[in-house]
Formats: sequence, C-alpha cells, structure tokens
Amino acid sequence: MIPEIGHFSLILTLFVALAQGGFALAGAANGNARWIAFARPAARVQFLLIIISFASLAWAFVAKDFSVAYVAQNSHSQLPLFYRIAAVWGGHEGSLLLWMLMQTGWAYAVSVFSRQLPDAMVARVLGVLGLVAAGFLLFVLLTSNPFERLVPPPMEGLDLNPLLQDVGLIFHPPLLYMGYVGFSVVFAFAIAALLAGQLDATWARWSRPWGTAAWLFLTLGIALGSWWAYYELGWGGWWFWDPVENSSFIPWLVGTALIHSLAVTEKRGSFKSWTVLLAISTFSLSLLGAFLVRSGVLTSVHAFATDPRRGVFILLLFTVVVGSSLFLYALRAPKVGLGGRFDLVSRESLLLVNNVLMAVAAGSIILGTLYPLFIDALGLGKLSVGPPYFNAVFVPLMVPALLLMALGPIANWKSAKVGAMLKRLYVPAAVALGVGIATPIALGRWSPMVALGIALATWIATAVVIGIIERMRATRSGLLAQPRSWLGMHVAHLGIAVFVAGVALVMGYETEQDIRMAPGDTVTAGGYDLKFLGVRKTPGPNYVADMGDIEMSRDGKILRLLHPEKRTYTSSAMPMTEVAIDANGLRHVYVALGEPLADGAWSIRVYYKPFVDWIWGGCILMALGGLLAISDRRYRLKKRERRASSKLAEATS
Amino acid sequence: MNRFLWPLVGFIALVSFLAVGLTLRPSEVPSPLIDKPAPNFTLPQLASPEQTFSPEGMKGKVWLLNVWASWCYACLEEHPVIMDLAKTHAVPIVGLNYKDVRSEALAWLERHGDAYTLSVSDTQGRVGIDFGVYGVPETFVIDKAGVIRYKHIGAVTPSAVRDTLLPLIRELQQ
Repeated sequence: MIPEIGHFSLILTLFVALAQGGFALAGAANGNARWIAFARPAARVQFLLIIISFASLAWAFVAKDFSVAYVAQNSHSQLPLFYRIAAVWGGHEGSLLLWMLMQTGWAYAVSVFSRQLPDAMVARVLGVLGLVAAGFLLFVLLTSNPFERLVPPPMEGLDLNPLLQDVGLIFHPPLLYMGYVGFSVVFAFAIAALLAGQLDATWARWSRPWGTAAWLFLTLGIALGSWWAYYELGWGGWWFWDPVENSSFIPWLVGTALIHSLAVTEKRGSFKSWTVLLAISTFSLSLLGAFLVRSGVLTSVHAFATDPRRGVFILLLFTVVVGSSLFLYALRAPKVGLGGRFDLVSRESLLLVNNVLMAVAAGSIILGTLYPLFIDALGLGKLSVGPPYFNAVFVPLMVPALLLMALGPIANWKSAKVGAMLKRLYVPAAVALGVGIATPIALGRWSPMVALGIALATWIATAVVIGIIERMRATRSGLLAQPRSWLGMHVAHLGIAVFVAGVALVMGYETEQDIRMAPGDTVTAGGYDLKFLGVRKTPGPNYVADMGDIEMSRDGKILRLLHPEKRTYTSSAMPMTEVAIDANGLRHVYVALGEPLADGAWSIRVYYKPFVDWIWGGCILMALGGLLAISDRRYRLKKRERRASSKLAEATS
Repeated sequence: MNRFLWPLVGFIALVSFLAVGLTLRPSEVPSPLIDKPAPNFTLPQLASPEQTFSPEGMKGKVWLLNVWASWCYACLEEHPVIMDLAKTHAVPIVGLNYKDVRSEALAWLERHGDAYTLSVSDTQGRVGIDFGVYGVPETFVIDKAGVIRYKHIGAVTPSAVRDTLLPLIRELQQ
C-alpha cells in the first residue's frame, strides 16, 4: 500500500509541475498576478509530494518489501539498515527519485529565498524549473518507475552491489546531484532573463549565490567520488578519466567558468551573452552527463544497467531542454548590449582568459570522452581514449590558468597598471621559485613535474596570503571583518594550491609494490616496515572476509596493525577488496589483499602515497570558499535595507 | 547568419551523434578471431587436474567454449541458460574456468549445477589472452573444423539462444 502512495504522489507531482510551468510562465508573460502568485506555493507542494514519494520508497527498503521490484534488485534481508537506506539511491530508478528530491528541493529554496526579487521574475524562474521537473518526472514514470511490483514477490532480494556498500556511496550521489541539479537554478534564471529580455547586472547578482552553491556541492561530490574510488576499488588511483568521472568534471569546469563570468557581469555588466551561454551550457552538460551514464552509449565501470528506452527518452529530454534554450538564446542574445568597456590589461581580461581556458579544457574532455562514440558512429572502428590523452591536453591548459590565478585578484577592474601589478608579484615569484626547486631536492629525488607543481602551488598560496594581509592593513581591520565573498574567493584559490601540491607530490613520489608475501615476510614502503602475519576468516553481517594482519613499524618500533580485507558477499559471491590505510595527513600507507597463493602466502599490494590527502583537502577548501561566498551579508540583506542602499547608491552616483 | 546560432548548430550535431550512438553497442568489440581456427591449448581439467583437455578432441563436433568464473556475477545470471542449452538442446559446452581458484570453482558448480561436458582451468588466464577474452562471461561457437564462427559477449540470454546461437549451431551441424 505504501509504495502505491509513493507512486501516486509522484504522479501528482507531475501535474503540479506542469501546471506550475504553464501558469507561472503564461502569467509572467501576460502580467496576470494571480497566475504569477501560483508559482511559489506550487513549488512547495512539489517538494512535499516528492518527500512523501521518497519516504515511501525508503520505507519499502527499511521494511524489506521485496514485492517492490526495485527493492528486490537492490536490497537483501541481511543488508544492514544503514545500507538499506542508502540503497534507496543505489540503482537507476531510486537515484532518479533522489534527483527529483533535489530538483524540487532547489525550487523550494528559490521560492523561500527570493522575497526581494520581483514576483514576475520568480514566477519565470520557478516556471522553467517546473518544466524541467516535469520532463524528469515523465522520464521516471514512463521508463524508470521505482514502485513497480513483482508478482509473485521473491523471498529474497538480489542485494545491493557490494561496491556500493560503503559510506562513500551514501554521500557521493546526493552531493553530486545537488551540484548537477543546482545548476538548473542558474539555468532557470538565465532562461527567465532571456524571456523577460532583462539581461542585466541584477540578473547576475541574483544568479551568483545559486551558481556558487551548486558549484560547491559539485566540488564536494566529485572529491568524495574520487576518495571512494581510491579506497574502495583498491587500485590506489584517485582519478581515472573514466567517462562517468568526466561527465561530472565537465560541468564542474564550465561551472567554474560560469561563477567567474557571473562576477564580471555583476560588477561591470560585461560578458552578458557569454555568461548566459555558460549558464545554459553548465546545466546542459549536467544533462549530457546524465545521458552518458544512463544510456549505455559509453562503456564505463560505473554504468547503470541500461535499457534502450531510457536512452531514447533522456536523449529526447536533453534535446528539448537544450535545443529550446539555445534557440531562445539565438533569438534574444543579439539584442543584449555590450557591457562596460575594458582595457587589454584588466581584471575583465584576466577573467576572460580564465573562461576561455576552462571552456577549452571542458571541450577537450568532452571530445576525449565522446571520441570513441564519434568514431564508432562514423563506422571507423572501435577505440578507447585513456589517461595519456587527457593528461596531455589538460595539464598544459591548467598551467597558464594557475599562473593567472595570482594575477586576477590583484588586477583592477576596467584598467590595470602592469608595473604596479608586477611589483606585487615579486615576492610570490621569488617564493615559488625557491620552494619549487627546494622541495624535490629536499625529498631526495629531482623531478621537473614536482618542481613545476610545487612552484605553481606556492605561487598561488603566497599571492593569496599577501593579498589578504595587504587588504587587512589597508582597511585596518581583522581577517573576519573582511567581506565573506572576498574571503571565500581566497580560500577557494588556496584550495586549488593545496590540491595542486597534493597532485604533484603524489605523482612524483608514490611507490607501488605488488608482491607475494608469506607469513613472516616484511616489505618496506616509504621508510615503514610492513610485516605480514597471516590471513584469518572473519564473518560480517552479509559477507565472509579474509582479514589480513599486517604489522606496521618504523625503525623497529611497532606502530599499529593494519587489517586489509577481502570480502565475499553471500548473495552475489562477488569478492570485494577492503583496503587498509594508515593516514597522518602527510602520507598514506595503503595495503590491499590480492589473491591467495600457495602455503598461506598472499599477493599483496602496498602503496606509499605522500600528500594524497591534500588532493581532497584542497577540494574541501574550495567548497569552504564557496560556502563563505554565499554566506556574504549582502545576500542576507532585508528588502528594506536593500532598497535603502540602492537609493543611496543612486544618490551618490 | 546570426553568430548566436552557432551553439544551437553545434548542439544539433552533438545530438545526432548521440542518437546514432544509442543504436551502437560499445561493449561489442568485433573479434578478429571470427572465422579463424580456434587457438590451440592444453589445459588441466577442472574436475581431475591430472587429465588434460585440448580442442583437438572436439574435432567433428559443433561446440561452445564458455568462459566463466566463480567470482563472476554475470556468469551466475547466464548459468541457467547455459544449463538449458546443454541439457535440453544437447549442445556440448566446454567451460573455460578463467582466473579462478579450483576449490571455489568446484564449490560453485556444486551449488549451481554443472552441465558442462567438462571444464578446464585457466588459472593464469593465458588461454583467455589467446582467445581475446577481456570480460567474463564470453561464449564462442566453434564448428566441426575447429573454426570460431561466433562470439557472444556478456551473459547469454534466452533470446540470444533462441534467435542467434541455436539457429547458428543447427546450421553448422548440418
């Protein structure tokens, strides 16, 4: 009965979403205040209905209702409660329901945090979001209904894929979807502005916090996915340039360009049509990602079980959403005037270069990801594009971007003086050169890539620190008294520096050993001795594990025992590697059990990964920067204050 | 032409590629071994390792070489279909037990049923390399002269048996 309530509530949401899209957009076009007023409550009702639907599915998992096909495919009677709840979004249908929860949740947030916006604008934004939601709801209801029943019901479920039975899974998809779907808000603002013909600085100011919020979730989602792949797959890598990873990284790159471009549009009124195009592209690329993952057009380790009908439907949805937006863009963009003029050397120019680099990087990753498909579609054969291509195109594009990152924040808007800028860059340049050369020498082995990476990271970090100190001096106030959006930018840039340093050091100094170890054998990694004591059987809730005991010591002093596992899940007989990691913020000692060999010996993989935590630490800093930026007090101004300040601004200008 | 139309034009080109892409099967890499003699090998039999098996012994019969492993989830999925093919349709099927542990492989057959004519152990995966196996399960149809005539990638489904494998096997048996 409860799954039927969930299904019914999903159907109701579709009609509310269609009505919201129709009335709100028509109301805004004709100036019908009653229709416009329909938008906000409709958005809230949709969120409520989806919560009911989502809770019904969660209930079916908790109650082990295997008569629901989706539950039977993704759960098992012995699966712990924690994972039974996470299994709600462990498969295609449920993850789409999670997507809808996010989609309507964002629309709900817009309806709440938009009091200072004109009602007609809010109606347009919510109307666009309603239509997008309706498209996805149709997709769920017609091709991927999570509430379908099985007659007769099976006694036992097939179990959640063991790869997904992990804390990483619980948070990775929600964060990622928050990012993907969050960009639909910026998209809706852009479409609303195009419809209204009001593409101005106000529009950019409204869009900015939403863009930054979506971006910070996407950053965290990608970082968590990378962390999950690192320890769950047991290969020791943190990024594989897999098509599914790429399809989350492409919107991130374009989204990064978007939040920078929005800054220019807000402050200077320039780049308007480009910013709109980026807003449309970011969400479109999120949709493209959804298509690539769920249609099976590309082979990937992450792919969902595919069904041709789904691929066709999501391609249609993609075509309608993106095609109509780009058509609208082609109609309206020519009427958008140019913004403020700027010189060749100015913050605008630097941000433009950032935008171009990000867009080109995104374009080359799209090309690499889709190249096998293009070649196959043209009948030229089958091939795959791997890390060599991506590293070769991506790294050279990022080096200038990182170099310019120290320049952007100190350049003036409109026109910057080259001499004055250079003067402020002597110190970062000197520090970067010194640290860049010293680090690989200090670590014992020269490597030009490490030197380059560390120099770039130091260059950015020093510029950030100097920028903050100079500003604190100039304004004679403390760190926390600075505007949060400005601080947020610096924290995010610092995150990039930490990330780059981590990548450079891991790539330069990681060690990998794949060896046969008999009980009593010792191996050395990064100065630590690892003694293999043996493997014993241990039962888990829904698996049996071979658990290894490995004693880690340094200079004869025993530090701890490491317990890598090899689990066999009872329901699927699929072996899973659980690695053991000793981390201290500066390095990982990473041990994974391979295969059992003769006489109690095992093949064992031992990795030493210096500074690998910095990769994810940098991402967390970036996201923190985003959080600081959206908590800026100018977004929290009350309506009255805002009016007063804008009047004041008019009076002074 | 309005330069703001270019994004739309690019998008239409992309969508047409994606639409064609939907009709393709990216995981089906054509095997260069089709219509070539099956690579020869000698491997110990799974059930009795002191005895060996070699494809020579199957000359004159149309048979299937089914690559499987106890760690392979999709093998479990196709197993009833393989059993049915061997029992109901009397097709000789040789199992190539790929990169597996003997005790686990035997336990797996014990639990899920064994309809293979016999299985051979390819512990190191060397024979798998010769056959171009890159995923388990894969199934090869080999004719009376020992030539590979067809390769099925992934789990064998009842419809694949009905529409492709059986008609081909019956034709080759003529």
